[in-house]
Amino acid sequence: MSTDVTERPSPPRAPRSPRAIARARRRRAFANSWATYRRNRQGMIGLVVLVIFIAIAIFGPMLIDPAQLDPATATGPLLHPPMAGYPLGTDNFGRSVFLLVIDGTRVSLVVGLCATIGAMVIGATIGIASGYLGGTRTDAVLNAVTNWFLVLPWIVLAIVLASILGRTLQNIIIVIAITSWAGTARLVRAQALSVREHAYTERARALGAGHWHLTTRHILPNVFPVLFANAVLTVALAILAETTLSILGLGDPARISWGGIIEQAFSAGAMTAGYWWWLIPPGIAIVCVTLSFTLCGYALDEVLNPKLRSR
Amino acid sequence: MGHRRYIGKKIFHALLTIFFVLTFNFFLFRVMPGDPISLLARSERLTPQDIAEQKRLYGLDAPLPEQYLIYLRQTLTGHLGVSLRTGESVSATIWDRLPPTVLLVGLGTLLAAGFGVLIGIRGAWHRGSAFDNSTLLGSLVLYSVPEGWLGMLLLILFAGTLGWFPAGGYSSGTTTGFARVIDIANHLVLPLLTLTLGYIGEYVIIMRSSLLEVMNEDFLLTARAKGVPERLVRRDHAVRNAFLPTFSLLCLSFGFILGGAIVIETVFSWPGLGELTYDAINQLDYPVLQGVFLVSSIAVILANLAADLTYGYLDPRIREA
Repeated sequence: MSTDVTERPSPPRAPRSPRAIARARRRRAFANSWATYRRNRQGMIGLVVLVIFIAIAIFGPMLIDPAQLDPATATGPLLHPPMAGYPLGTDNFGRSVFLLVIDGTRVSLVVGLCATIGAMVIGATIGIASGYLGGTRTDAVLNAVTNWFLVLPWIVLAIVLASILGRTLQNIIIVIAITSWAGTARLVRAQALSVREHAYTERARALGAGHWHLTTRHILPNVFPVLFANAVLTVALAILAETTLSILGLGDPARISWGGIIEQAFSAGAMTAGYWWWLIPPGIAIVCVTLSFTLCGYALDEVLNPKLRSR
Repeated sequence: MGHRRYIGKKIFHALLTIFFVLTFNFFLFRVMPGDPISLLARSERLTPQDIAEQKRLYGLDAPLPEQYLIYLRQTLTGHLGVSLRTGESVSATIWDRLPPTVLLVGLGTLLAAGFGVLIGIRGAWHRGSAFDNSTLLGSLVLYSVPEGWLGMLLLILFAGTLGWFPAGGYSSGTTTGFARVIDIANHLVLPLLTLTLGYIGEYVIIMRSSLLEVMNEDFLLTARAKGVPERLVRRDHAVRNAFLPTFSLLCLSFGFILGGAIVIETVFSWPGLGELTYDAINQLDYPVLQGVFLVSSIAVILANLAADLTYGYLDPRIREA
């Protein structure tokens, strides 16, 4: 092309290892993706909101006096609408709803992120195994299990598991992970099936690459972009799942989470008594975070999935 | 593959899945803390005779493999044990609670899917218009709203502050005939609105994106070139093709709606399966939980079977795959 006529002479380079070349290529790909992502307005709005909430989750609890969150030592008036010093009013123990929501950010995000990591590990493992072994009996069985988990009324299974395992934070994370990996596995399987047919996979196989090398060095990196976009969307679903489980009384009673605050307001009769200031803020926080994860997920999908980009 | 073989294969798969669910259901409740006999003994409602009867019926003294066979036989003949809380038969309890849930979930799904699909079509067809942008944003927001919380807000506003609708329940209980229908409808409005709003976003997003995918296809250009009016291009060429993926996704989401109904029924004290589940969780009423899990799983499997069969009928290519 004409613009390339004035190409700078490339500086003489020392011979580089294949690893360094791969690293440089990855860095370039990342910079490209980031440039595309930055042009997506909704994705950027989502990202900014998320960064704010993550900052709140990290630093918020450090700035709050734990005594203010302890039902036994909280000093506010009981069930008071917003007033000076209590911008979002107080709950039935005289705790500031504002401080509760700030403090609950950490648990809600941790549950969302950890459950998603769990779901991605299960989903990617089963999806890659199933796709890599596509057409075999193992694939058929894994695929059947995936399809079953996909249509299962997840919440009923989650309820059953949560009431069996007990109401701790760790169990909530496990329950959500177990009930939300299936969509990921299906997506990854489809991707793995197509990667398996590529010429470079065949080339690697001809050079004597084993199953482990093929799946971790060729299929996984190719599946990764899809997996990443899917993970961001799954965080949103996991946070909603935590809320649902908490509202049903299956949350960890020892921790403050947004869903837990809603559940406490619900149990204390916030609806009939009209304690709107107690009920609305945690819900708004959930909507903001879930919406931001969804916007980021869609934007990433567009950046990482070339088929969608032209639209 | 012929159509008949396709149907046979799908039915076989559904039966296999149901068998899988039955087995899973049995072992899931055997790994929980506390064996069935001590759970029965803990119940305040069951007399020693009741417990002995349950032991005999379900072979609870027998070794596990034998228990499993007895469980299969009892379940297949519609016996799901007794509720630890009320001492009543689980299948009768579930049967009583089914109509309100079917009414709420059925109507809610129809409304959410119907309006969602219509909005999605209009949005995609006028991509980037004010209508498209606002409905897409609205859908994304509704998609992010926890449905239980939405129900609570609607309750505070419409039942509390404005007093337009009753605050919960199924009926006031004193009316008969047509007045009763009106009464139930009056109680249904808020939970139905919550369910519809809670799930409409998903449908808008799915329909919109599958129509957008079809809109660049060459056959639309061909249709326009041969002079088909725009309205018919949309109806007969674009929507008809975009509807297939939407349809299968709609069927997949049925299980999610059933789940959402649990929270909504709890918030509105709607006496369906959801409220029953909520009570069972709080009272650790495992036989009821087991029954609800089984019934809702089978409902979802059957819904998906129906979807698969319809899908195979609508799209001949599927039958060949």
